[in-house]
Order: sequence, then structure tokens, then C-alpha cells
Amino acid sequence: MSRSFLGMPAFPRAAALSTRDTRLRANLTHATHTIRDKRAGAVAELDDWAQLRAAGAAIKDRTLRHLDHYLERLEESVTAAGGRVHWAADADEANRIVTRLVRETGEREVVKVKSMATQEIGLNEALAQAGIRAYETDLAELIVQLGDDLPSHILVPAIHRNRGEIRDIFRREMGRWGRPAPEGLSDSPAELAEAARLHLREKFLTAKVGISGANFMVAESGTLVVVESEGNGRMCLTLPETLISIVGIEKVVPTWQDLEVFLQLLPRSSTAERMNPYTTTWTGTTDGDGPRTFHLVLLDNGRTDTLADTVGRQALRCIRCSACLNVCPVYERAGGHAYGSPYPGPIGAILTPQLRGITGPLEQSLPYASSLCGACYEVCPVAIDIPEVLVHLRERVVEGGPVTRRGARVVLKPAKGHAAERAAMRAAAWAFDHPGALRGGMRLAARTRRLHPGRLPGPGRAWSDTRALPAVPAESFRDWWQRTRGGADRSRRGGVK
Amino acid sequence: MSSRDVVLARVRRALADVPRGEGPYDPPVPRDYHRVHGSRTTEETVELLAEHLADYRAVVHRCAADDLPALIGRLLAERGARTVVVPPGLDPRWLSVAEAAQVPDRAADTARELDAVDSVVTGCALAVAETGTLVLDGGPDQGRRRITLVPDHHICVVCVPDQVVGSVPEALPRLSPERPLTWISGPSATSDIELDRVEGVHGPRTLEVVLASGPAAG
Ligand code: SF4
Repeated sequence: MSRSFLGMPAFPRAAALSTRDTRLRANLTHATHTIRDKRAGAVAELDDWAQLRAAGAAIKDRTLRHLDHYLERLEESVTAAGGRVHWAADADEANRIVTRLVRETGEREVVKVKSMATQEIGLNEALAQAGIRAYETDLAELIVQLGDDLPSHILVPAIHRNRGEIRDIFRREMGRWGRPAPEGLSDSPAELAEAARLHLREKFLTAKVGISGANFMVAESGTLVVVESEGNGRMCLTLPETLISIVGIEKVVPTWQDLEVFLQLLPRSSTAERMNPYTTTWTGTTDGDGPRTFHLVLLDNGRTDTLADTVGRQALRCIRCSACLNVCPVYERAGGHAYGSPYPGPIGAILTPQLRGITGPLEQSLPYASSLCGACYEVCPVAIDIPEVLVHLRERVVEGGPVTRRGARVVLKPAKGHAAERAAMRAAAWAFDHPGALRGGMRLAARTRRLHPGRLPGPGRAWSDTRALPAVPAESFRDWWQRTRGGADRSRRGGVK
Repeated sequence: MSSRDVVLARVRRALADVPRGEGPYDPPVPRDYHRVHGSRTTEETVELLAEHLADYRAVVHRCAADDLPALIGRLLAERGARTVVVPPGLDPRWLSVAEAAQVPDRAADTARELDAVDSVVTGCALAVAETGTLVLDGGPDQGRRRITLVPDHHICVVCVPDQVVGSVPEALPRLSPERPLTWISGPSATSDIELDRVEGVHGPRTLEVVLASGPAAG
């Protein structure tokens, strides 16, 4: 049985543990730096990146502002193409719907493409309770599942595992789930991948039901899009007789043409490739090609609450590229598990408290899991101003205020003083311990100085209520230094790689 | 109230700040990004496609349309393919000299039967130069999505220059969302283990692309 994210300790405690895990930190540092450098190269190939990014943000914003219209449109076109649409207000309802749909097929096993929405709702656990086994088929998810573990990165979920550990997990666990690992399996990535290929092929060739998420849904045509690398997605999407896709309502885009923006933004931001190896699109069902039955489960589960917050709404633009994780100094040290949800890193710090509500200790601490350095905003392909949302959520944690919970307007009480203060102090202590992050924070302060109110947001507000804040300089010293001496600095950094 | 009504009502309430007069299609999205990056001659576009395909470890061959049967025959033989899946509308001349036994793409065949086949030969709907991508749309010369997935060796023929476009924005208008599409950029790959790239986890481990120029065969 897979572990679930529920009941995770609050961020500071989880991070305090994970930062002591030197292997995790070494793996993460290597991974994030490698991906981040490659990404910069892939993005630099397109001289219209800024325009693509603006278009991506504008399309998503416009869609969100008229989400009811586009969802109805989508439902119409999926239905017209032979699919069936279901609506789920929360995780329990989504799980009930999917369980019922699988039961109706008479099957007890399903194959799954990696999907964060299904992790968010705890689908595997819900299916297990109903006696249905869900097999993860993405290599990293397979490693996580066999290791009875949790994913720690959006893109490379098993990044916290070394090849030797993976070999041990395969040797020990594969046989319990199906075809055992080959005799004498070594720890070379090629051999490990081959073992996964053989193990999973058995599942693919017999599976009658596939479960997926989707990267995009096109309202005008009813087309769903899944972007992947390994081909396990294609297997799950085309071999089974029944396909069930569980997709957050924010994944809709209006037109077929809009994909031209996202299919350029996503692969380069995510894996630093010009295009990911495989993209599959399908519209309802096609005679003789792929599943005969297609169900689309549209998932709310806190998304409409997020939508109701005019500052926080932008988090719903996220296309899950994971670029913000790879540049985040806090993520790099704390690791993905500390965020207590399938959405780690900067996006997790703003999405999780909004989806779940900022009521528990974890959700209250997440807006502090950041140095506000602004790097996440700079790489985000849909220009989500994560620092802005973090500051906004901190204010909610400390001061309370109007929020929407499960569709109803409520007034949130301020978090118990000491809890918020503790969270803030730990975040501050962390930042002072990590000069790099602090420098970044100052840079952000400069960047947004026109937007600064005369007082501090969040916990500092009471203090600044009676004091005038010093004006923030137009440029931090660090940036001035970079700009005036930056050439030499940059080339030296480039030479290290 | 159905969950559909619940969710839609929540959406509408959440959007109380959106002015009544604002329609779902305004304001217009700024689309001042490029339709294609840089200007290239047709030749150069094909060259770029070849380069980018090779970058992601597809094996690229070029030939005149007339030489296609000989080339395909040779590639299958070099691979030692004893069987090859053939989509129903593939030009029969393409496989006229191939020695591998031809397996027709039939809906009734199971995935397990397909798993026993060595290779597959298909055409494509188009290819995108800037990204090194082949797009298959299930047309008669391409067959069902699964035939290019299960066998371990895929030979895909691109008729150049007719089937080559420069960029993703040039590709989408030429494709129909009603058809199931498969976009392929290099062979199946994973970097999940310590970021080491390994080719072929589930899809074909070897992707060979033939850029066939001249009058489109058939
Ligand atoms: S917030 Fe932006 S950068 Fe982070 S995963 Fe989402 S789209 Fe990518």
C-alpha cells in the first residue's frame, strides 16, 4: 500500500529532517542544477520566449475568467465525440466515480499514467480499498510505488533514489507485483530500465482499463493531450478498452490553436527539450483505434476556491513544468517530501494551501517555505508571480480574512499567534543562514518596490503599522555588482559546467 | 443539485469580479510570437529537420523516392527483422523488395500478437523541423496508434519537402483534432535514474526516419 501525503508534519519540521539527509541533498542539487542549466539553453533557442510566455499567461487567464463557459463547451464537445463526462466536487467524489467506473468493467487491475491529480486525491489508496490494484507505469512512479514511497519532484519523482537503491527495490519487490527482476540485475540505468520494460509490458498487454490525467483539454474540439517521454502514456492511453482520465478543471484551453503556445512552452521549460519524445491527443473515441469507452472526470477539489481568490487565482495557470522547483533554493535543500503534497517546491507552497485551505499547520507553514528570491517567477513559462501569492497567503495566515472554502465565503481566523510567528521565524532564520537566498529576497524587494505598501505584509505588519519603512533601493547591491561586473562573473560560471 | 451544477455554480460565484460585459473571447490574446523562427529555404528546413531528429537519436536516412523500396528492404534486413507490420494504405511498392513477412494492421489482433512482431513501417502526416517531430494521424499509411508503439523498431517515411513544416504553429492548422494524433520526437526515452538518459523504455528503442524526396510515391 502506498503511503499518502496526508498527515505530513508542517514544513519547518519536515524540512529540518530532510535537510539533514545528505544523499537527498546531493541528488537534488545535481538534478536541479543540471535541468536548470539545460533549460536555459533550450529557452534561449527561441527569441520570442517572452511573447510566448505572455501569450501563455493571457490564454490561461482569459480561460480562467470564463471557466464556466469553457467547461460547458468542453463537456459538449467531448460528449459529441463519444466520451462521457463526470463532475467531481472533491477528492472523495472523484474516487467514488472512478471506483464505480472500474467496477463496471468487471476488472480488478488498472494501469496508470503518471498523474498528479490522481495523487492529489489519493486514488490508488481508494482503489486499493475497493480491491482494485493500480499499477503505476512511469519508470519513476514505478520506483516510488515499489519502494512504498512518495514522489518528491514533479518531473523526476524518484530523484531522491540512487541507482543502487533502485536495483535493490526492483530485486526485492518486482516479483510481488508481477514479473520479477531479471537474475543478476546490475545497477546500470539501461539494465534497470530494461527490467522495468519487461515487468510492465506484462501489465500493458493484458490491461483492460487505463487511468490517466491530461496536460491540456481543448474546449472547442474536446481533445485531450498527454505529453510524456517513455511511451507508458501511449500504452495506457491506447491499449486498454476503457480509458478514464481525471483532470483538474483548470487544464482547459479554448482552442486547438492555443496548443501552439503550450507545446512550445512546456517541453522546453520542463525537460529542456525542443519537444518531448511523445505527445498523444485524442478526441472522444475512434473506431478501431484505442479505447472503446472514454470517461472524463472533471475535478474541482479546491480549484474553485482558488479561483475565488483574485490574487491566488493565477496559481491555476500552472502547466506543471517543474521549472520553479529546479531554481528554488529552499526546494533544493528541503526536498520535495517536506511540502507534504504531490505539488512540491514554489508552486506547491502556493497551490497546496489554496486547494486545501490554510487551516492546518502544514498549510499555514507552506507560504513561509520560501526566501521570496523571485527566481521561480522568472522561469515560470506562464508568468505566475509566486512571490506575490506567497506574501498574500502569509497575510491570510497571520491576519485571517475572507476566503472561499468548498464554495462558501467564510472569514478565516488568524492563525494562532505563536504558530505563525514560529513559522515566520524559522523561515527568517533559514534565510539568514543561507545568504544566497537572502540576496535573492532583496532582489525581489527591488523588483517589486513600486508595488510596496508603506508597511510590511504578513507578520511584520503590526510592527510596521507605526513605522515608516525605508525605501527599497532601485537595485540591490548584488544586482548592481552583477550588472557592472557581471560579464566576468557569468563567463566564469559558464566555464564550470 | 448535481455535482455538475455545484461546480459550475462555484465557478460563477468565484468569478464575481469579472465584469458582466466581458465575453469569453476578449480581451484578445497577444499573439506576437513568431509563426516560425527565422527564415529558411525549403532545403534548409529539411536539413534542420534531419539535424534535430538526429539530435534526439533518431537514425536519419535520405533517399530519392525511387530508391525507397531498396532502402527499406536494406534497413529491415540489417535489423534482422523477420516480420513487419504494415498499415493498410501503405504504398505496396515501399515493401516490394523487403524479405520480412508482412503482418497487416488489423483491429482484431491483440496487443500480444503485435508484441511478437519485429518492425513497423509507416508514413506520417507531417514533420516539424524546429522540434524534430514526426506527427502521425492514423491515416491509411500510418495505421492504428499501437502499431508504432509495441514493436521495437519503427521506420517512418517522410515525403520531403511536402510533408515538412517549419514550426509547431505551422503544424497545428494542418492537423485535424478529430483524428487521434501521435507526436514522436526521437525514440522513447527516460532520464528517471540519476538523470542518465536511456532510450526505449516502452516505445520502440530504434526510430529510423527516411526523408524521401521527389514525387510522392503512390
Ligand atoms: S508554477 Fe510555473 S514554473 Fe512552476 S511548475 Fe507551474 S508552470 Fe512550471
